[in-house]
Amino acid sequence: MKPITATNDFVVKFANVNGSGSASANELFAKSILRMGVPVSPRNIFPSNIQGLPTWYEVRVTERGWLGRRGGIDLMVAMNPQTWDADVREIEPGGYLFYDSTRPVPASKFRDDIHVIGMPLTAICNRTYADARQRQLFKNIMYVGALSALLGIDPAEIEKLFAEQYKGKEKLLDSNVKALHLGRDYAKEHLPGDFGLRVKRANAVGERIFVDGNTAAALGCVYGGATVCAWYPITPSSSLAEGFQKYCMKFRVDPETQENKFAIVQAEDEIASIGMVVGAGWNGARAFTTTSGPGISLMNEFIGLAYFAEIPVTIIDVQRGGPSTGMPTRTQQSDVLACAYASHGDTKHVLLFPEDPHECFDFSAQALDLADRLQTPIFVLTDLDIGMNQRLCAPFEWDDARAYDRGKVMTTEELEAGKYFGRYKDVDGDGIPWRTYPATHPKRGSFFTRGTSKNPEARYSERGDDYLYNMQRLLKKFDTAKSLLPQPILHAAKQKSKFGAIYYGSTSPAMDEAMAALEADGLHVDALRVRGFPFPDSVVDFIAAHDKVFVVEQNRDAQLRSLIVNEFGIAPAQLVPVLHYDGTPITARFIAGAISEHMQAAKVVSIDSKAAHS
Amino acid sequence: MTYIVKPKLHHPSLGCNAAGFTRRDYEGAVSTLCAGCGHDSISAAIIQACWELDIQPHRVAKLSGIGCSSKTPTYFLSASHGFNTVHGRMPSVLTGANLANKELLYLGVSGDGDSASIGIGQFVHAIRRGVNMVYIVENNGVYGLTKGQFSATADLGSKSKKGVTNTDNPLDMVGMALQLGASFVARGFSGDKSQLVPLIKAAIKHKGAAFIDVISPCVAFNNHPGSTKSYDYVREHNEAANRLDFIDGREEITVDYAEGELIDVTQHDGNVIRLRKLAGSYSPHDRVAAMNYLHERSAKGEVVTGLLYVDEDSHDLHGHMNTVSAPLNRLGAKELSPGTVALAKINAALR
Repeated sequence: MKPITATNDFVVKFANVNGSGSASANELFAKSILRMGVPVSPRNIFPSNIQGLPTWYEVRVTERGWLGRRGGIDLMVAMNPQTWDADVREIEPGGYLFYDSTRPVPASKFRDDIHVIGMPLTAICNRTYADARQRQLFKNIMYVGALSALLGIDPAEIEKLFAEQYKGKEKLLDSNVKALHLGRDYAKEHLPGDFGLRVKRANAVGERIFVDGNTAAALGCVYGGATVCAWYPITPSSSLAEGFQKYCMKFRVDPETQENKFAIVQAEDEIASIGMVVGAGWNGARAFTTTSGPGISLMNEFIGLAYFAEIPVTIIDVQRGGPSTGMPTRTQQSDVLACAYASHGDTKHVLLFPEDPHECFDFSAQALDLADRLQTPIFVLTDLDIGMNQRLCAPFEWDDARAYDRGKVMTTEELEAGKYFGRYKDVDGDGIPWRTYPATHPKRGSFFTRGTSKNPEARYSERGDDYLYNMQRLLKKFDTAKSLLPQPILHAAKQKSKFGAIYYGSTSPAMDEAMAALEADGLHVDALRVRGFPFPDSVVDFIAAHDKVFVVEQNRDAQLRSLIVNEFGIAPAQLVPVLHYDGTPITARFIAGAISEHMQAAKVVSIDSKAAHS
Repeated sequence: MTYIVKPKLHHPSLGCNAAGFTRRDYEGAVSTLCAGCGHDSISAAIIQACWELDIQPHRVAKLSGIGCSSKTPTYFLSASHGFNTVHGRMPSVLTGANLANKELLYLGVSGDGDSASIGIGQFVHAIRRGVNMVYIVENNGVYGLTKGQFSATADLGSKSKKGVTNTDNPLDMVGMALQLGASFVARGFSGDKSQLVPLIKAAIKHKGAAFIDVISPCVAFNNHPGSTKSYDYVREHNEAANRLDFIDGREEITVDYAEGELIDVTQHDGNVIRLRKLAGSYSPHDRVAAMNYLHERSAKGEVVTGLLYVDEDSHDLHGHMNTVSAPLNRLGAKELSPGTVALAKINAALR
């Protein structure tokens, strides 16, 4: 079998046991390639467990910058005997298997069509280190060293990374460098020199940063002015709240008094989390909670209250595989409908769909503004794929002149001057009423907040006309939201096409790559990335301009498609679902395959088909 | 009686308190509860306490859950912002509101259905955290608004209006509050205003989680023979541990008491609560002794009232969190955004 040869374009997968310290070594590997100027897109594939179960780390090396998951493995670093068979099966024909050859593995455990590279990692570690933990940890660094030699990664880049990581901890630095070179030296001396996969220095990373979406969203909340965070631990959102805590400790402690300009509560459950956010929002603080699907289910009653009583709330939902406990450590976009229509009665909520950590930062900060402006819950729908994986993205941006939009809040002076205040009255024609914070004025502006129906002056009312006024106004407010949200982004095909595709969130990188692949095959598709709900009219215009529109998403029930059909009353047959929901991130191969199959079936003859594949 | 609009007219002979408010400024809308409901007496006691303490009504945030008791914030302090939240979840909303602005007085009003059943988890955790608040449970042992089902505080063996005997053990919220670390725990009776008003005043002046369980008979569904939450039963079995005279530090103490009859409790802001002992050597400073005493008396069918426990050196959630003195809801981008220079450094570290 001809070995795969590829430079700056291949996929490496590390199969490890969780709790073995492999994560930091694998991240080191990925970062060293980045430092060579070659984009990488790594993904953790991990179990809902702390120690002992299989975990994988998949690194796509891609000079062209395709950051979606590719599918298929060119080099498997098989460090976990439990998953050996499946791991070996996954390697592409002509691919490579790197394994620990300390103990003999029977020939039947290999494949004929792959190239096997054994290195006695355990044996080397055992004779070098006496301490059990060191043997374990340095085994990981050692395979990074060996791989760096095989792939041609400059060891100076890895040493630089060590120096940054172990600044001031010289002992740790030295021992890591030593382990790295032990691995490199062995590889150079004993392993084949004609390895087909290579990393070659390039200049394709640029100014981009390498960060996970949860960290980015946490930072967005810090910049966006959140002062109250209430949360309950749940994978994959916990690291967001912890990130917020970390950044607050760094940036929000008053240097003079050492006092905190933030309050973070790890609540007793998700119901209390959202309750605290509702209370803080009602009282004029910027507040958010972060959770995942099961938390959204629990929060439903409060979401309805915040919608109906019109209280600013920001909810960051890092989606995972559902329903129920589902696949807690796998990714999906399956909370779209649960969030869009959360709670009983007629409700609709504003959703934002960030595509990467850069947008996680932007949209989290913007959500806090929107919540205040619209006085309603705002959902940031991210997911495990972007939330918990480091992703190359545009650097974070901020404008120091940016003030927070606190929305329509009536001041003491305005009340004193006798300005009309009717809490639920639409005085500006945009459906958004004015509010007061508690304690604004000794005599004016107080009102009773309640989940029951009320008249425009916030007095309890079960009169039909009062109820209708309020419900209609809420619809108008929802309509106002359309122009305030991030607008869709159109990627027009090179040629006019009767096919369109709509996608959102973490599907972006796979979609970009799929579009390029289809284009190369002469299949032209206009693509529209929606970034918020309610959808603006440009979405319905886009659909109207095409005969068929693919709606690409990562759930079983075509949830965004349902939302489009429901909100615009579009004939469902015009919208073709392209659905990927096995818990792994969607791939370009999958999208291009599904779209291509449909287009071929529809016997599309593109205008330049003669020039394309025959 | 919702059609009755309360007249705004105020008799000129009635004066203002030190804050410049008349007593009418502390009132709310006309109550829609049943005539004789214990809850209305509690509303009146809250009005009296706030008026006597010269509290500015708009500096109070009154929060409740759902149920008869949770309706009552409409009936007092109309110049305060009020919030009827969702059933059993007032404590979390109050906690969040409190985090947003530490300067206001947070008054949580709930019932035994709202707090002891659906909301027991939130009650427990708000007390644990030491949220600075006055948490009043208007305890009648019954679901009034849904017409007479037992609540979780109904005593074992007590009878419903329909004659059903309760076979479940009661939940003791005072005992729980003590165990959970509440720094102020009291029990009152809606039929004894002279005891209840000072208790509420002391709770308002307390820094930390102040919990008052107020036995408040339901005249419609739980005021019959066989009930242990009826006016008659509570009057017959009320055992006051102490009488409380709230003293805010300005008044001179003029009444003479015999040696050993009084206990002074100094609260964090210097105000003093003066307690007249009624039950022998009962000390409100001893959490464990209080729990024992309550259990002993409860076993005899008595309802112990009074200031049951107070921690003079109390703390609250903001103290634990070390928050800045300015209310968080008043901070803007200047105080909260780390700025572009810091962001450039963050970006650089992520390359």
